[in-house]
Amino acid sequence: MYRQSAWTRVTHWAWAVTLFFLLVSGLQIFNAHPALYIGDQSGTAFDNTVLRIDARRGAEGPVGYVRIFDREIETTGVLGYSGAAGRMEARAFPGWATIPSFRDLGTGRIIHFFFAWALVGTLLIWLVASSLNGHLKRDLVPRLRDWRALPRDIWEHLSLRLHHRRKYNTLQKLSYAGVLFVLLPLMIITGLAMSPGMNAAANWLPELLGGRQTARTLHFAIMVLLLLFFVVHILMVLAAGPINEMRSMVTGWYKTREPEEAEETI
Amino acid sequence: MSHLQISRRGFITGAAASSGLLLSGCDALDGIAQRDSSVRNTMEKIANSLSYRAQRVLLGRNALAQEFSAADIRQPMRPNGTTAPQNEDYLRLAAGNFADYRLTVTGLVERPLSLSRAQLIAMPARTQITRHDCVEGWSCIAKWTGVPLATLLDQAVVKAEARYVVFHCLDTVERTIAGDVTYYESVDMVDARHPQTILAYGLNDQALPVENGAPVRVRIERQLGYKMAKYIHGVELVADFDRFGLGGGGYWEDRGYEWYAGV
Repeated sequence: MYRQSAWTRVTHWAWAVTLFFLLVSGLQIFNAHPALYIGDQSGTAFDNTVLRIDARRGAEGPVGYVRIFDREIETTGVLGYSGAAGRMEARAFPGWATIPSFRDLGTGRIIHFFFAWALVGTLLIWLVASSLNGHLKRDLVPRLRDWRALPRDIWEHLSLRLHHRRKYNTLQKLSYAGVLFVLLPLMIITGLAMSPGMNAAANWLPELLGGRQTARTLHFAIMVLLLLFFVVHILMVLAAGPINEMRSMVTGWYKTREPEEAEETI
Repeated sequence: MSHLQISRRGFITGAAASSGLLLSGCDALDGIAQRDSSVRNTMEKIANSLSYRAQRVLLGRNALAQEFSAADIRQPMRPNGTTAPQNEDYLRLAAGNFADYRLTVTGLVERPLSLSRAQLIAMPARTQITRHDCVEGWSCIAKWTGVPLATLLDQAVVKAEARYVVFHCLDTVERTIAGDVTYYESVDMVDARHPQTILAYGLNDQALPVENGAPVRVRIERQLGYKMAKYIHGVELVADFDRFGLGGGGYWEDRGYEWYAGV
């Protein structure tokens, strides 16, 4: 059956590319100052750090670490201190996770803002198309019966019993809607709150979020949530049958065992 | 009712393929970092001009950056970049407590100016408590006192063809075979005439310290820290900034940062 419109498929893959580049360029930007704070400013004479990924001197050479509030985890080789043998260096995220692989804040920013504009453009196109073609109302907004089905749906996901229907199940609706209407807009808002230009246009924006440095911390935290979504998304695609899922997201056609649109009477 | 379709092989291949993309993808794209990369230049041109135009529309001419209260000044202003210029002429000026210092306003003006530090201090001043946002990601709140740049521009009478203000600095950032590289910066006339754009000589009610740009630095509160040149000795009005440095409009712009730093 025909499951995904061209709008849905094109914007899906545009996001895949866009979010990949936003992630790896964002990690490059983070590496320029690998600490997160709460409030308007970054404390040097006082401590308002919530997270730091850095290197420090250890008994047997440099040690990479992640510190969240007062808890420290040693992460040498991956976070804080990494690189090829003999060429290890202090850097928050390792070379394989950033673009460029070496330290280059200027290029990281150019890539980040280019794809930030691409993300906003794709979201707008998707929003207009999905409102007009009914994807939004039909597939994403949870209805009463979705909420009623939620406990059963959670149980079925936990026991990995996945149905192949045209329609999204409740957890699918909630996670897609959560990404598209909560996480991505929050990512854009927290990003704008870090812009000194935008702060002049809207003084209230960073204040609303608890200060510019809190906005930066939230921007990072939402990145982690999006990454979690990505991992679960890929696992579910693999669990549900990657060939069929990929076919529907590339060509639009999806194989199912239910009679076509049998119960659908919108 | 269909059942679990997880295929172990499919799972492993998929996971390996995606992590392989992640692992090798970034190295493969390092070419973008080259300053002459056409991909890089195209992305910069599109994104930076979109941000510039969008913010010029959204901000208007005089929208003010947020100002804070005295209680928000919780620490000394964090210095960055050059913090102790070693040039002989700078050291000599500093040794004389900048008594021989002159700030010049030149270029596309009817009446070029040359002002001493005392003359600057005698002019009407503006004081503002603002948040300094570094391109690296950190922020620091401090109180700045100085002469609005617009006042000097009015005194010098800017010619109509002037489109940018270039700030010339005293600090040598690099010594190369081709000669010394000194810091410079540039902004458009909108930011130059913005009410909060001041040539600051005071920081947190004290004389501006050397590490923060003594005797004079500029505050451009709607952009990032690297635009706010320190150790300024010359303000030049120009139609374009191609002939300075490497032509990018600033020391860091010549090294790959965006000219418009409002993001």
